[in-house]
Formats: sequence, structure tokens, C-alpha cells
Amino acid sequence: MATREITYLEAVREAMSQEMRQNEDVFILGEDIGVYGGAFGVTRGMIEEFGPERVRNTPISEAAIAGAAIGAALTGMRPILELQFSDFITIAMDQMVNQAAKTRYMFGGKGKVPMVLRTPAGSGTGAAAQHSQSLEAWMAHIPGLKVVQPSTAYDVKGLLKAAMDDDNPVIFYEHKLLYKTSAEVPEEPYSIEIGKADIKREGTDVTVVATAIMVHKALEAAAQLEKEGISVEVIDPRTIVPLDKETIIDSVKKTGRLIVVHEAVRRGGIGGEIASMVAESEAFDYLDAPIKRLGGKEVPIPYNPNLEKAAIPQVPDILAAVRETVKYK
Amino acid sequence: MASKLKNAQLDAKKALETVEDQFQMLQILNEQGEVVNEAAMPDLTDEQLQELMSRMVYTRILDQRSISLNRQGRLGFYAPTAGQEASQLASQFALEKEDFILPGYRDVPQIVWHGLPLSQAFLWSRGHFQGGQIPEGVNVAIPQIIIGAQYVQTAGVALGLKKRGAKAVAITYTGDGGTSQGDFYEGINFAGAFKAPAIFIIQNNRFAISTPVAKQSAAKTLAQKAVAAGIPGVQVDGMDPLAVYVATRDARERAINGEGPTLIETMTYRYGPHTMAGDDPTRYRTADLDNEWEKKDPLVRFRKFLENKGIWSEEKENEVIEKAKEDIKEAIKVADAAPKQKVTDLISIMHEDMPFNLKEQYEIYKEKESK
Ligand SMILES: Cc1ncc(C[n+]2csc(CCOP(=O)(O)OP(=O)(O)O)c2C)c(N)n1
Ligand SMILES: [Mg+2]
Repeated sequence: MATREITYLEAVREAMSQEMRQNEDVFILGEDIGVYGGAFGVTRGMIEEFGPERVRNTPISEAAIAGAAIGAALTGMRPILELQFSDFITIAMDQMVNQAAKTRYMFGGKGKVPMVLRTPAGSGTGAAAQHSQSLEAWMAHIPGLKVVQPSTAYDVKGLLKAAMDDDNPVIFYEHKLLYKTSAEVPEEPYSIEIGKADIKREGTDVTVVATAIMVHKALEAAAQLEKEGISVEVIDPRTIVPLDKETIIDSVKKTGRLIVVHEAVRRGGIGGEIASMVAESEAFDYLDAPIKRLGGKEVPIPYNPNLEKAAIPQVPDILAAVRETVKYK
Repeated sequence: MASKLKNAQLDAKKALETVEDQFQMLQILNEQGEVVNEAAMPDLTDEQLQELMSRMVYTRILDQRSISLNRQGRLGFYAPTAGQEASQLASQFALEKEDFILPGYRDVPQIVWHGLPLSQAFLWSRGHFQGGQIPEGVNVAIPQIIIGAQYVQTAGVALGLKKRGAKAVAITYTGDGGTSQGDFYEGINFAGAFKAPAIFIIQNNRFAISTPVAKQSAAKTLAQKAVAAGIPGVQVDGMDPLAVYVATRDARERAINGEGPTLIETMTYRYGPHTMAGDDPTRYRTADLDNEWEKKDPLVRFRKFLENKGIWSEEKENEVIEKAKEDIKEAIKVADAAPKQKVTDLISIMHEDMPFNLKEQYEIYKEKESK
């Protein structure tokens, strides 16, 4: 497959455009996604190509955006809805949690809801408390929803293709700070299985399971630690529901140490699920050190840039956690 | 009679048209500053008229300075206000100090004129926690960021005022785009059901970021949304300070007399970008439309009106401009002097009493900060 370097943002747009070219039933709806191109520019140029019926610029009504997507999906369309900021999922919550997640089940397995909810999450852009959260653990708690969190341009294109092909509702988190990162990405459409983790770096001393932007911070930490003779394995689950337990368990059996890092508030975050899953598994007997979780502080994301950084794990926090963990022999 | 009514309802389209036709924009001063509706003229003294003009001039300067301070990195989040002075300030002008304001993110001028120190508005813009510490006796909420949330909260503020027998109202603001939220409908309906003393203002500045109002709703006017809630609705020329003032004054009167809430749509325009965070209005607005609206400018028409009355001059206006500039300079100084925020500050403002889980975090940061 021919590849070229494109950004994460371009990869999202390309995945949607390619799908829309070959399937008339796929359409996007969301706020300011028309001539404006969306708050981050993801859909720029798409209304010109696909027209206002397939790139539907909606009223400011998150509940109706999600509900309309469900209705359309139930009757044969394959909607992709964009929430301008993932924080606004609160307003679409009834539709996603009480409706989309349970619709197939309540139709006795006969009604399907093939929809993708795409939305930018995370802090780091100075967007303050109500535009910077990472609420993915909420969605992960709901049976009936799949939850995807890609960290690279390559992954985002393949996972979005898989999400669009999926006949179930998929919550697709894009990280704002990753939009501008780039990678070699195949030109042709391809699919990455939902539920498959990726080992972003192999190592032998400690397993770091990181999500979204934290994958990059973990890789940066791993590169520094290599100089100290510490070999870090970095695993990106890529999808938190379903979670690829096997890859994580195998890694912990090899390294004997586990650190989980995410941007979301540590308490109640997905890190707790991953840590317990490992503690319950056969990898427990291989653990040489207590499991560590790094996550956001128990405060809303501050607007002030320094405090905004302080509110979530940074590379030095990962370095310190690894150094402490490898002390256990 | 009964059968006639039945037939009227058979023609559902006619019923809608009849309702929509009732919503005619109230205007008192036209674009040339001439009184076109003598009967509706409010009974304001010369001093009050001058004061309202001064506030509009002052706020225009505040907008210009805020934009340049933002560009210099000396101010944070800012949503420009130029064009909306009549809509914002003439509605606030009809209030009493005991009334509560629940603003949206563009409505900083109203809360400043209601008593919030400018330095605090600047701190709020910078995301400093002291910006949100509203002084005792200043009845305003911090500007709402989540579209529509202030509308439902206003119903609650108004219910509280009613329960306590206060002769005061709660007023809130959203934009044309905000009327598409469930919270918008729930707020006006809830307040209506309980005849809560509330005033709901929609500043229809024609766009919600890039989305034109025609794509927001099929309704001919946004004021008519009041009908579904069973409350009065008025559309006013939002570039005409006198029309805005009168509509708000009357709504307040009804509210404190126990007649319940009113919905007011002000027809206005924002000259600048949506916010200072990289919006380019040329992507969704034409220069022609900008020009058309600048001709309706609230300052221009009110200035003409006052000049014709012989109660406004260039000299007076310059005084206001100088005063505004000085105040802004001073307020920035005060804001700059606020202590640097620490992680422990943020932890300690989370709860009334710090729970033990936060205390642990607090101690860790206290230790780090003392180094
Ligand atoms: C619930 C919610 N959805 C979306 C947004 C993003 N957003 C911020 S301002 C805005 C447009 C609002 O337009 P309007 O209500 O007309 O007010 P204006 O900015 O024109 O004053 C949008 C969509 C938000 N802040 N909250
Ligand atoms: Mg608007």
C-alpha cells in the first residue's frame, strides 16, 4: 500500500471522505461542520464535496444530534455525529446511554444502531474546565457502547474505518493535541480491529499502559529511561471497550511491573479497570512491584497554562513512577 | 363560535401565520436617531439618557481594549461585544440592583455595569479563580459557557426570589443559537408554569459561530417561541437602546407584579469574530451584511438623538472615552497584582469543607510548593 505522511486530523477527514464516496448511507452531522469546517477544521472542504445533506450543519442541540443519529441509524443510515467538544456529551447523554446503548438489546437483537460519535477530548489547548475533560470512563461503563481512543494518525484512520463499518454505536475520542501530529498513513482505506492493543515500544523491565496523548508521553519517558538502562514496554490499548486483556497480561507476565497512565481523573478512571483486570489474572503471580496508576488530579482542568499542565500526568511523573517501580526486585 | 374555532384549527398553517404576524419588531429610534414611535417613548430624564449613552461609549472602548489586550496576551478568553451595546446595556439599565443577572460568555458588560469590578472581569477572562469570587451584594453569576445552562438556572433564581417575596427579577441572556437547546425551552416553560419573575433575553446577532439563524430554526421570529411556553414574547430592535429599555422595563414590571416571565428577542449583530480564539467571520459572513448592520449602529443613532436634544457633545464623549481608558488601565494593574495561582488554591476551592481525599492531594502540593 502506498503511504505518505499526513496528520491525525487529515487522517480522520480522509477516513470519512473515502467511506462517504463509496457509501451513500454515510453522512455527518454536527455544529459548525459546514463552511466553517468544524471547531478544529476536521470537516473542512467536506461540505463542498458532499453537499449540505451529507455534511449536515445542525442547530446547537447535542441531544437532538445524537437522537437524530439514532433514528437515522435504526432505519438504515450510517451516521457519524461530531460533538464540538467531548464535554458536551453530557447533553447527549440520555440518547447515548439510555437509548443508543440499549436499542438493539430492547429490540430483541433485531434493531441495529450503526453510528459513530466522534468528538475531541482532552486538555492542553487552554480551553478551561468545561471544554477540556476526558470522560471516556463514563462511556466505558455502559454495556452496549464501544469506546475507541486512537493515539496516532495511522491508528485513527484504521480505527475510524472499523468504527464506521461496525453495526453498533461507537464512541470515538480524538485528542485535540494529537490533531497536528503526523505519521505514515496508507492512501487506501484499511481497518484496524476494534479491541486490539498495539505495543508501541517493546521492553522488558516495566509495562506502561497509556491511552491517547499519554502514549506519546510514555514513549518520551521510555526513550529517556533507556539511557538509564531501564527497558520500558509501552502498550496502547487503542480501544478501552472492548479491552485487549491478553496483550496487557502477556506484557506484565514478561516485565513483572505495571503502570497505567491516562489523562482522565485518576479516581474512577479506566486505569482502575486495567489494574484490577491484571490483579485478577494469571499475571498477578508475576508482579514484582505494586501496580501504579497515574491520572488527572481531582480538580477541573484549569485555564492557566501552567496549572493546566500540572493537573494531568507529565513525562517527569512517568519517569518518577517507573524509577520507583523498578526498585522492587 | 365553537365551529368557527374548529375550522380555524383545521387550517394549521393559517394559525401559525396568524401567530407569526403578531411578532413585529418594536422600534422607537430609527437608524437616523429619529423617534418613530412616540407612544412607546420611555420616561427617562436627560441625565439617564446621557448615562445610557456614556455606558455604551465606555463599553465600545472596553471592547476595543479587550481585543488588543487579548492579542498582546494580557487577557484570556474574550467574546467581542461591539454592535450589541444597546441590546446588552439598555436591558441592564432597566434593572434594579436587587435583580440577578445570569449572563452568557458575551455578556460581561452587563455584569460589570451591575457592579462587578472590571479587574475581576479581567481575572475571570484569565481563568484566575479570584475572578469568580463575586463581591457580596453584586447579584450576578459568572458568564455561562455551556449553551443554555443559564436559562434553566434562571428559573430557579426567580423561584427563590418569589418565595422570599423579593420585589426583584432574574434576567438571563443567550444567543440565537442558544434557542436550539433543550435547556432553553425547559427554562422558559418551567418559569412560566410557576409564574416565576424572570426575564429571558435572546440576543439574536444573526449567527451562532458560523451558523446563520435561518439554519437554527424554522420559526420566523425567536420571540414567538414564548407562545409555546404560554408567556409573553417581544421582538425588539436590538440596535435601538430605547426599544430594548422599554421591553425590559415592561417585562420587569409584569414579573414583579406576579405575572410571570417574558421572552425578549433583540435583533442585533456582532461586528467582530465569535471569540478571540481564531474565528474568521469572512468564512461565513459577507462584507455586505456587515455594512448593512453597521449602518444600524446603536451608538450612532443614540448619539444623533441626544445631539438633537442638545444633551450630547464630542467633548462629553471624549471625556467618557478617556475615563474608560483610564479605568481599564487601572483594572489591568489590579488584575496583574493578583497572587499567582497555585495547585493548592485550586484544591481548596473545590468543596466547602475539604474532604480527606483532597486533603491528601493538598498536603502533597503544599509540600511541593514550599520548596
Ligand atoms: C452545549 C454547548 N454546545 C456547543 C458549544 C460551543 N459553542 C460555543 S458558542 C457557540 C455558538 C453560540 O451562538 P449564539 O447562541 O448565537 O450566541 P453568540 O455567540 O452569537 O452570542 C457554540 C456552538 C457550547 N459552548 N455549549
Ligand atoms: Mg448568535
